[in-house]
Amino acid sequence: MNIDYSKELPIVQGRLSLGELEDLIAKPMSEKPTPKYYIALAITLTLLMIGATSLGFTFYYGTGLWGNNQPVGWAFDIVNFVFWVGIGHAGTLISAILFLLRQKWRTAIARFAEAMTIFAVMCAGIFPAIHTGRPWLDGWLLPYPNQHGLWVNFTSPLLWDVFAVSTYFTVSAVFWYIGLIPDFAVMRDRTTGKVKKFIYSLFSLGWRHSHRNWQHYEKSYVILAGFATPLVLSVHTIVSFDFAVSIIPGWHTTIFPPYFVAGAIFSGFAMVVTVLVFVRKVFDLENIITIDHLEKMNKVILATGMMVGYAYAMEFFIAWYSGVQFETFVFINRAFGPYAWAYWIMVSCNVIFPQFFWFKKLRRSIPVMMVIVIFVNVGMWFERFVITVTSLHRDFLPSSWGYYVPTIYDFGILIGSFGLFFTLVLLFVKAMPVVAISEIKAVADGAQPTHHGGDH
Amino acid sequence: MERNTKLHGLVALFDTPDQIIHAAEKVSHSGYKDFDVHTPYPVHGMDDAMKLKPSKLGYVTLVFGLSGAAFALLLMWWTMVVDYPMNIGGKPFFSLPAFIPVTFELTVLFATLATVIGMITFFFRFPDNKHPLHDTPYMQAVSRDKYGVFIGASDPKFDVKEVRALFESLGGKKISEIMEIEKTWQDAFNPKFIGILVTTAILVSGGTYFALNKLLYITPFNWMEHQFRGVPQEKSDFFADSRMMREPVAGTVARGHMPYEFKDSVAQPADPVENPLVNSPEIFKLGQKKYLTFCSPCHGDYGDGDSRLNQQFPNPPSLHTTKLRDWKDGNIYHVITNGQNVMPSYSHQMTVKERWAVVSYIRALQKAKNASETEIEQFRKENTSNGN
Ligand code: HEC
Repeated sequence: MNIDYSKELPIVQGRLSLGELEDLIAKPMSEKPTPKYYIALAITLTLLMIGATSLGFTFYYGTGLWGNNQPVGWAFDIVNFVFWVGIGHAGTLISAILFLLRQKWRTAIARFAEAMTIFAVMCAGIFPAIHTGRPWLDGWLLPYPNQHGLWVNFTSPLLWDVFAVSTYFTVSAVFWYIGLIPDFAVMRDRTTGKVKKFIYSLFSLGWRHSHRNWQHYEKSYVILAGFATPLVLSVHTIVSFDFAVSIIPGWHTTIFPPYFVAGAIFSGFAMVVTVLVFVRKVFDLENIITIDHLEKMNKVILATGMMVGYAYAMEFFIAWYSGVQFETFVFINRAFGPYAWAYWIMVSCNVIFPQFFWFKKLRRSIPVMMVIVIFVNVGMWFERFVITVTSLHRDFLPSSWGYYVPTIYDFGILIGSFGLFFTLVLLFVKAMPVVAISEIKAVADGAQPTHHGGDH
Repeated sequence: MERNTKLHGLVALFDTPDQIIHAAEKVSHSGYKDFDVHTPYPVHGMDDAMKLKPSKLGYVTLVFGLSGAAFALLLMWWTMVVDYPMNIGGKPFFSLPAFIPVTFELTVLFATLATVIGMITFFFRFPDNKHPLHDTPYMQAVSRDKYGVFIGASDPKFDVKEVRALFESLGGKKISEIMEIEKTWQDAFNPKFIGILVTTAILVSGGTYFALNKLLYITPFNWMEHQFRGVPQEKSDFFADSRMMREPVAGTVARGHMPYEFKDSVAQPADPVENPLVNSPEIFKLGQKKYLTFCSPCHGDYGDGDSRLNQQFPNPPSLHTTKLRDWKDGNIYHVITNGQNVMPSYSHQMTVKERWAVVSYIRALQKAKNASETEIEQFRKENTSNGN
């Protein structure tokens, strides 16, 4: 396909009318699920059950079932946590940062990416909650006056995490819901089923598309986007503090916050592309979520992938330049020690494979991007594994060096988190509009007046 | 929803965004106050066309955002500085840099939640699913792809004919009247309602009771009261003697309980132990306290052997005899520790240090009682010169 980059592309291709757009987006919600849908759901639910069973065993027998022990006290739990929080970042970036940067193409994918954010943060939240060992006492993480006469330690990065992740989840959910209100009203007015109408009315809160409301609504959107932008940057910064504020060589580095944020966007975009490729195909949304959108996201993947690559290189440089013996050892050990396999999986998936996106042909090819984004997902999971495990497994005392091996329960819970994520995605695409209906209408061709405001 | 015959307002539909902007301008220009425009998405330029004042939502955000920051800082100051100060590596209790993350998060949380909740409840007056405009063909049209104008019957300028004519002149289609919705009140004593209320109350309180008193004590929620460890006094399957409590290894000495070297000797040792204490006001204070508690009942307040036990008991001797004054400290210590004839041992009442302090105190008493005139004179001199 030949694209003229000198003029802005229509966001919606195929010149659909407003009504047609709405019909297209609302279609999956009015149709009965196909057998394919049930098969997909069965698979994700199976994964979820594997996770639930592993979790059940963990609750009953305790976290001793996991592979982590001295010296690797943090392993899959924290790896998965950082991985999922990172995935979540793409959604907020698309919905808030690209909104503030007036990137209109975000409209087609924003809703979906936001939903993914929420689901990913839910998956992430599981891990810190269960790695406390007795998750039913996690309420103790919150500062409340209690009979122990104790308060939480506000100077601990782990506590900052509690605040950052829960604020992030709340704000993302609110942002998402605010965006959904007009769409619930649209669904309310088009549906014929009584139960559906009741549910949609309930969630639409009685939205009337009144411009007196739109005015505040648009204002609130700008405000929320303005807050979500620093918030999303703060969340992964604080997650990186979990490591950076400690004194373990390989963790105690100032590059961590920006490095983590770039990595989060990198992995998040990869996950968004992974899922969108299927969604646009299955629900006939190719005209709304176009190949141009995918290409733009692939460009972001390329850019953030290079930032991550730069961070990898810089870590090595500083290890050498600082002249700190322990720091140097950790990094040489990373690349050539017992976990070298994990390190090289990470480097090849995150730095080498995305380079294919330099070529426009490959950037716009669905099969190629599918392979690359899956590599990126794998690579980013391994990045967290490398950071966590390789820094811990050989610490200051050679007598306590060890080799961490995860157990079947570790894998079970990881698989379960994927099951939860994809189950929620599947339920979402069937219950709510995957594309923001009112937003996409507003950016369709001819949707805005030919002359804006002023005197005439 | 039942509608009555009271008119709520008049509506008209338009096909293009240009038309609706024009219509909005004309309607606001004609002086109507109670009017509204309904569009499937926000149409640019509509604020001006409707002559709307800028949204005041930002003030809500500002006020609550600042409250969030203040709340966070106050909370952390109070918990970390006042109520439960923790010394972390000697850093200041109020360490602002470490408080920044939580302050930031709470600012964002307060600001966004207040903005959204404030907008929905205060600015929109939602939830409102019983508005007269709901469930009308008009609402369905503006929900999909049409643009509508509404003028309310409560407007002082409102006149059905005039408004209809205005809409027609603007090119409005499907002009129609919207009727008010009949307000219906529910009876609070409706048995069904009360039934639901009671059932909910029973379920919630029962559930809470069950969760807090039963569920939380079922495995795995065991509150760590069952642990794989040895409890004293319990039977052991592991040790040969079936006792969980172990005996210390032979010859073990507990801290601060070094055994007395001449424990078993009744007679005074030839080479007694040295006094390890260095004299100081504190030591004499301690010695005095212990002496008055344990020794004075027999030996008298100043060691003269003149207590009220005199004649009722083998007479406790004076502690000022030449024999005693010539004794080494260790000899007196020996008597206190081991006892002597009818005088019992005080090794269980007093620690090693306290026993030596008593010895020092006795030495002070001996000195005071047996001082020469010149010594007293010198002491007086020193005291008067020091005292001033
Ligand atoms: C129950 C009364 C009683 C108390 C209390 C008592 N003593 Fe004695 N103490 C005696 C008697 C009686 C003797 C004489 C024992 C003997 O026959 O050798 C004695 C002997 C002594 C002697 C040896 C005197 C000598 O001439 O051989 C010393 C020193 C002494 N006591 C110190 C103390 C000190 C110090 C205390 C306080 C810790 C103390 N006693 C508490 C009754 C008491």
